[in-house]
Amino acid sequence: MILSNMWKGLTGALMALAMFFAANAVMAASHAKKLKVAFVYVGPVGDHGWTYQHHQAMKAVKAKFGDKVETTHVENVSEGPDAERVIQQLAQKGNDLIFTTSFGFMNPTLKVAKRFPKVKFEHATGFKRAANVSTYNTRFYEGRYVAGVAAGKLTKTNTIGYIASFPIPEVVMGINASYLGAKSVNPDVKIKVIWVSTWFDPGKEAAAAKALVDQGADILFQHTDSPAAMKLAEQKGILALGQASDMKAFGPNAQYTSLVNDWSGYSISRVQAVMDGTWKSTNTWGGLKDGMLTMPKWSAKVPADVAKLADEVKAKIIAGTFHPFTGPLKKQDGSVALKDGEVIDDGALSGMNYYVEGVDGSLPK
Amino acid sequence: MFRIEPRKEPSRAMAYATPFLALLLTILAGFVLFALLGKDPLKATWIIFIEPLTTLYSISEMMVKATPLILIGIGLALGFRAGVWNIGAEGQFTMGALTGGAMALALYQIEGFWVLPLICLAGIFGGMAWAAIPALLRTRFNTNEILVSLMLVYIATLLLSIMVHGPLRSPEGMNFPESRLFHDAALMPVLIEGTRAHWGFIVALLVALAAYLLLRFHIVGLALKVVGQAPRAARFAGFSEKRMVWFSFLVSGGLAGLAGVFEATGPVGQLVPALPVGYGFTAIIVAFLGRLHPAGIVVGGLLLALTYIGGESAQISMQLPSSTTRVFQGLLLFFLLTTDILVNYKIKSVRARPGAITLNRP
Repeated sequence: MILSNMWKGLTGALMALAMFFAANAVMAASHAKKLKVAFVYVGPVGDHGWTYQHHQAMKAVKAKFGDKVETTHVENVSEGPDAERVIQQLAQKGNDLIFTTSFGFMNPTLKVAKRFPKVKFEHATGFKRAANVSTYNTRFYEGRYVAGVAAGKLTKTNTIGYIASFPIPEVVMGINASYLGAKSVNPDVKIKVIWVSTWFDPGKEAAAAKALVDQGADILFQHTDSPAAMKLAEQKGILALGQASDMKAFGPNAQYTSLVNDWSGYSISRVQAVMDGTWKSTNTWGGLKDGMLTMPKWSAKVPADVAKLADEVKAKIIAGTFHPFTGPLKKQDGSVALKDGEVIDDGALSGMNYYVEGVDGSLPK
Repeated sequence: MFRIEPRKEPSRAMAYATPFLALLLTILAGFVLFALLGKDPLKATWIIFIEPLTTLYSISEMMVKATPLILIGIGLALGFRAGVWNIGAEGQFTMGALTGGAMALALYQIEGFWVLPLICLAGIFGGMAWAAIPALLRTRFNTNEILVSLMLVYIATLLLSIMVHGPLRSPEGMNFPESRLFHDAALMPVLIEGTRAHWGFIVALLVALAAYLLLRFHIVGLALKVVGQAPRAARFAGFSEKRMVWFSFLVSGGLAGLAGVFEATGPVGQLVPALPVGYGFTAIIVAFLGRLHPAGIVVGGLLLALTYIGGESAQISMQLPSSTTRVFQGLLLFFLLTTDILVNYKIKSVRARPGAITLNRP
């Protein structure tokens, strides 16, 4: 058994060597023509949320560059031990640019990047970079603040329900931004949060949505990827904010607007940069202004005056004259987070690990 | 006309032949499946079953995946022989990773040859402790060990999640739910330079050898068999069923725990909530595919590892859906169970006679 494995290993090694040379020859011949771009997804391309939108970006890259690129995608890659192999295989198969589109791919991406210094990597939502690893993310909190302003006016029970995934800064700032937006127009508004400890689990998300409705929420926000909560909102005849993609198909009456992640522009620009030889390791954090985050038209359930109010806030954020996290702002425990007139800086924002004053409950520890 | 007749004795030849028959049928079914999907079936089968064997990297990755499958499969097979159904190896695997990982974090930045063995011991104890719960409930209260061990899987997964969200969370990780990366002394040494294949694979082979010797030459091997196949005879022979339940659970739990700690200190190198990926369940297929025999389990573990790697390659190079792998594994078990009928029954072609009963009851 061991002996035969050794044989396999030996013949395998020789064949690998032969293939390596063959592949190099082929690549040298075809390299000038096609750029190989790969995408690694944490969920199924049909999740109608996070992964779906990244897949749209891949399609946009394909549509934009046509024959000049060759795209590959791998879906349902677990954030555990398998991620590294998938990324490694993609690098080995001669991909020039690899997008790894979930936070949990951070360490595997960096490990593989070390071994393939010539391959470029784009990691979504992480915070560790390297010479050939860029990171990119969206300022979701901007859209949540705007959606919060509308929700503050729309809620009749003064209760917003919020389905949260993991207590990481990105999610925590989203809860805070939604609450601050709603409170800016409705001082009595409350936000109830349920943590589901998953990015994608329609069953759990639906159960959390139901629990929130039972607690009196008449508008649902979510920071998870499936349309389960949207479907439940539609059933219950209440409103919900779409997440990651336009979820209108799942809640034609329920969705009052949506936060749509548009990664296409970014992905196209990075592919272009590799083609032009101008690619550099960067950290991109784009928002409403850059078109990385878009919001479809308000639904008929949003009265004109509410839409106008929220649109004004949105315009100010885009113009850069208003930041959702502007002082005076207190933390939940009463200590000062921001002094009067102070605007939060990106460093403090990307490490946000506290609820602002007025949010109910406590962060899971 | 065909007739299914019970055999007087189970056929040994068939018992060895059916795994291969099942594999063949799985490949044939795959052919049909790929053709229906509009993909070239020959190319897909090549990519899944042959191509991974042609590069050193994919062979090393096969070893990475086969290591936990073999370790857990061996442990489960011992219990299955005695009719002790530990379905919760996945939970024991998770607990092993958690206790071993916690030990690694407690010894953070401490050097020494003893660091890794201590971590592995912690993992083994974690798995054993978790397996002791169904063993205790079964022997004391006659609780169904299938249900108890299965339910404990979910508790273990949640416990891991709580720990990496809380006490074991990396202090430099900006609240993200994962532990620190383990330091070098706490990592499994690599077997083949430049790959992730680690010494755990050799340990798994040694465990298989030990299990073989145990079953072949030690009284415990006989006791497991007798308790499983003839409980009354076992009582007369003085073999205690309770003791066998304890033995099976502690050994399979310990091995699953070891597999877990190997996974954490090997390919992953830290604790993450997504650490358990179903090895504990796949190992059940491995154990049966290997006919509960250690050598068979080694082969079965490598084969199942191959389907994982091949399924991924097929996704990358042919854009086949990611469920391909699971469909293949399911088909394999399905065909194994259906062809197993040939072990105890034979199919005879007979001339139809009026009034003949064509189906015999066993």
